Amino acid sequence: MTTSTLSGLNIANVSRYGGVFALFAILLFNVLVTPNFLQAQTLFVNISQVATIAIVAIGMTLVIATGGIDLSVGAIMAFSGALAPLILLSDFGTASPVLGVAAAIILPVLVALLCGLFNGFMVSRMNVQPIVATLIFFISGRGLALVLTNGNLQTFNNPAFSYLGTGRLFGLPFQGWLVLLIAVAIWWVVARTIFGRQLLAVGGNERAARLSGIPVRRVKTGAYVICAGLSGLAGLIVVAINSASDAARIGNLMELDAIAAAVVGGALLQGGRAPIFGAILGAIIIQLVKYTLLANGIADEVAMIAKAGIIILAVYVQQSRTE
Amino acid sequence: MTDLSAFDLRRYVTGQSQSVGVWIALVVLILFGLLRYDNFGSAYNLSSFLNYNAMFIVISVGMCFVIMTGGIDLSVGSVAAFTSVVAAYLSPYGLQVALPGAVASGLAIGALNAFFVIAMRIPPFIATLATMLGAKGGALVISGAETISVDWESNFTSLGMGQAFGLLPWSFVLTVIVIVALWIVLEQTSLGRTVLAIGGGEDASVMMGLGVVRAKIFVYMLSGGCAGLAGLFLASGFGAGQPLEGVGWELSAIASVVVGGTLLTGGMGSVGATVAGALLLGLVFNILNFENGRGVISLSAYWQMVIRGGFLFVVILLQSRVAASANKERH
Repeated sequence: MTTSTLSGLNIANVSRYGGVFALFAILLFNVLVTPNFLQAQTLFVNISQVATIAIVAIGMTLVIATGGIDLSVGAIMAFSGALAPLILLSDFGTASPVLGVAAAIILPVLVALLCGLFNGFMVSRMNVQPIVATLIFFISGRGLALVLTNGNLQTFNNPAFSYLGTGRLFGLPFQGWLVLLIAVAIWWVVARTIFGRQLLAVGGNERAARLSGIPVRRVKTGAYVICAGLSGLAGLIVVAINSASDAARIGNLMELDAIAAAVVGGALLQGGRAPIFGAILGAIIIQLVKYTLLANGIADEVAMIAKAGIIILAVYVQQSRTE
Repeated sequence: MTDLSAFDLRRYVTGQSQSVGVWIALVVLILFGLLRYDNFGSAYNLSSFLNYNAMFIVISVGMCFVIMTGGIDLSVGSVAAFTSVVAAYLSPYGLQVALPGAVASGLAIGALNAFFVIAMRIPPFIATLATMLGAKGGALVISGAETISVDWESNFTSLGMGQAFGLLPWSFVLTVIVIVALWIVLEQTSLGRTVLAIGGGEDASVMMGLGVVRAKIFVYMLSGGCAGLAGLFLASGFGAGQPLEGVGWELSAIASVVVGGTLLTGGMGSVGATVAGALLLGLVFNILNFENGRGVISLSAYWQMVIRGGFLFVVILLQSRVAASANKERH
């Protein structure tokens, strides 16, 4: 074993343990200070809230791995979240309940995938910078969702669909299992498939990747498509939790949470790294910090400042390691 | 004076095809509005348009400087919300206190951004994302999450509501002064050249012995200060400090800069074209409102979001065409 791989391993370990250490510190603090922390209810609440952040953060990690960024995730969540009740409440949805639920899950995700295709096209074909390309849907995606619903709150009563957000499997919230499943699948894609290798290569050095024959455009587009599809799914979960869809609120500011989770989890904005489980760790840390502050009666606005501090600290620690 | 205008003309006509495009689009849109709507050219519309857009113009110009160095400032909207609250609290003491107070608090947050980016070497996107959250939280904390009414007895509201020479809003007059000053800084000083050089290649700029650190501190503090001024306009023009305002302003500002033909990678840019970009985006909004007023079609605020996104898409598409053909000519 050469020294370089040895030090590489060390860096990876230290980085990983840093996040885990932070997580344990927060957990320990909560056990000692927060009233009623060690209760099943606390666990359920946190799992169901962290799931959407984690799912979007996984997609965001893939986009960041290519050196890009996706600002449109929240708007895509709103778009797909607005579509689902429309389908459930339509004549088709009420006439054939089973097909209706299937369509209410599949169609919004398909639409989200198309949004991702558009983002990927703008970035990889038109050579528009990712922040500008995804700005288009950031502005208009939520507008489309509001147009579709006339800005009204849509409520529905459909236990089968609501299982996405309120169901329990082996005693734990269904979406928690969903996150695990998605994480394992995406991790496998990144670590074990050609697409995954190409993704990291594109992020590491796009020019070199192109010269070595990697289909850079297709790989980048793939990252945006996956990210958008996961965002669409996350939008459905939010709607399922509430049995209602409010296009103005679904996924609002989700892009910030997802980017923060990915970065805290060890993603580098310049690309070349895709720590999938890191993204989940980051999402859990951000959720727990939010929960800790709220549960201890600290106002939401102070929690924002704390989140800002955590982001700066996490990136600073990461930065000093990579140098 | 003569050689100044000659320099200007040459640069805009032959050098920057994208800047020309945004000016042409602006003129076309204004002509369209004048011909189609009766009150489009009225003093009232002009003054309310300029008053409202003064905020977006100043933050766009500040943003332009950050982007020219290859950075980005996502915190401007939150900073404007924060300083609008600060300005509202200072309004009883009059403009002579509120103006420096608001700008100084914007400068302070800008300095914090500069510290994160330069000393802690945190990527600008993340650093300013954090200050965006922090400033928003700060605005909510100091205001108790409520709008803070300004003092109507002092001269505070004259900035946003009064008019110079009975025509132009004072906020716009102040904006023009800022624009001219920054145009001079960019085009006529070594600091401006350094800002562009950093965007072109930061390492090379350092090796050439340019004042890179000084210039980067300047751009982030400038952007913060401009956002501070926008917050002052907000409080003065609408009679309240508004901690919940400013959401998405950073993206409007980035869009203005991009529409003005500046690439996010830095190294080039123009104050004039950025102002034109901001005016263009504001004008699209203005025209949509007039179109609603005619009563033939009714576009909800939701459709307006869709149309603004679509407009941005069209502009970006046209720009990438222009950039591609310019590249072809070069090869």
